[in-house]
Amino acid sequence: MTIPDSEAERTSLGWALIGAKGIFTPPALILTTAFFGFAGLCREAGISWQESAFMTAVVWALPAKIILLGAITAGVSLPAAALAVALSSMRMMPMVVALMPEMRGPKTRTPTLLFLSHFVAITAWVFAMERFDKVPRDKRTAFFGGFAVTLTALNTVLVALVFNLMGQLPALATGALAFLTPVYFFTSLYGSARDRSGRLALFFGMAALPPAHWLTPGYELLVAGIGGGLAAFVCGAFLDGRARTN
Amino acid sequence: MSDWVYSDAVSWWPYVFILLGGWLPTDVWRYLGVVSASRIDETSQAAALARTIATALVAAVIAQLVFYPSGALADIPTWVRLVSLAVGFAAHQAFGQRILVGIFAAEAVIGLHALAALAG
Repeated sequence: MTIPDSEAERTSLGWALIGAKGIFTPPALILTTAFFGFAGLCREAGISWQESAFMTAVVWALPAKIILLGAITAGVSLPAAALAVALSSMRMMPMVVALMPEMRGPKTRTPTLLFLSHFVAITAWVFAMERFDKVPRDKRTAFFGGFAVTLTALNTVLVALVFNLMGQLPALATGALAFLTPVYFFTSLYGSARDRSGRLALFFGMAALPPAHWLTPGYELLVAGIGGGLAAFVCGAFLDGRARTN
Repeated sequence: MSDWVYSDAVSWWPYVFILLGGWLPTDVWRYLGVVSASRIDETSQAAALARTIATALVAAVIAQLVFYPSGALADIPTWVRLVSLAVGFAAHQAFGQRILVGIFAAEAVIGLHALAALAG
């Protein structure tokens, strides 16, 4: 996306529209593909299309949603489901913390930022961090809102549509569509991991699930996530330490 | 609603479940991020540990979909799901870490298996 210098005097609405056009950038389109898969997953989990669309709008972060769906499928109790989602969404906090100094203008009110923070997830965060330096500071909330709110709204509608259209598809196509989600997450998390621990966590978390499923049914996501994460963190720190001394 | 699990026996319960199990534990971190923006060190060990556990949790869900799926995913044999994910990841690594390449390769495995099953 290019923003010509001559248009620096653009209004807030103008910047919001430029932000909204960002839904045609590759990361936004890839995310939309992942939401096709999410709609398939919702169908598999046995929830209704209204619940699927509602979940998309109110939770928005895709990892949190697939953990919530996993908890629904596994028959996990509400407190355990909320704890697993809370652990997965913890990373929202440092993301928002990093975004705020970039987005806040001299006159920005905190309620505006609280509202906009709901739309922060990986895609919107990367989009904003990459482009904020080309947006005048007092127009950044409009620009971010234009992109992130449009992206959330579009995908909410899409989940409702795809969910219903899939009723016409053969089971194999639904299964193939649902399998988009694990592949999307595995590859995107591997690609965006900042350190060795993050990459190890993908393999450790996966490997820990079957034993956790067998030993602690109903808590397998939490046990495998925390156990696999801790093991990956310790292993990553150990390997980094050895790499430094060698 | 016994044991506070998800069920659609009561029409409003799924929405309460989604709000309390999904919206609240996610947005609370976003709001905390807004109000504490100047006081958190993103490069600290604690932040790194939080990121690692969050990644492992998503990995656990991926494993659940690969090893213990329900519905139409369960109609695809376990070994095909596992090979599909492995091929998708290998293609992603081989072709400049492009997510779409990984997705296409993984879906091609599922498609080929379906064709083979039809032919056989």
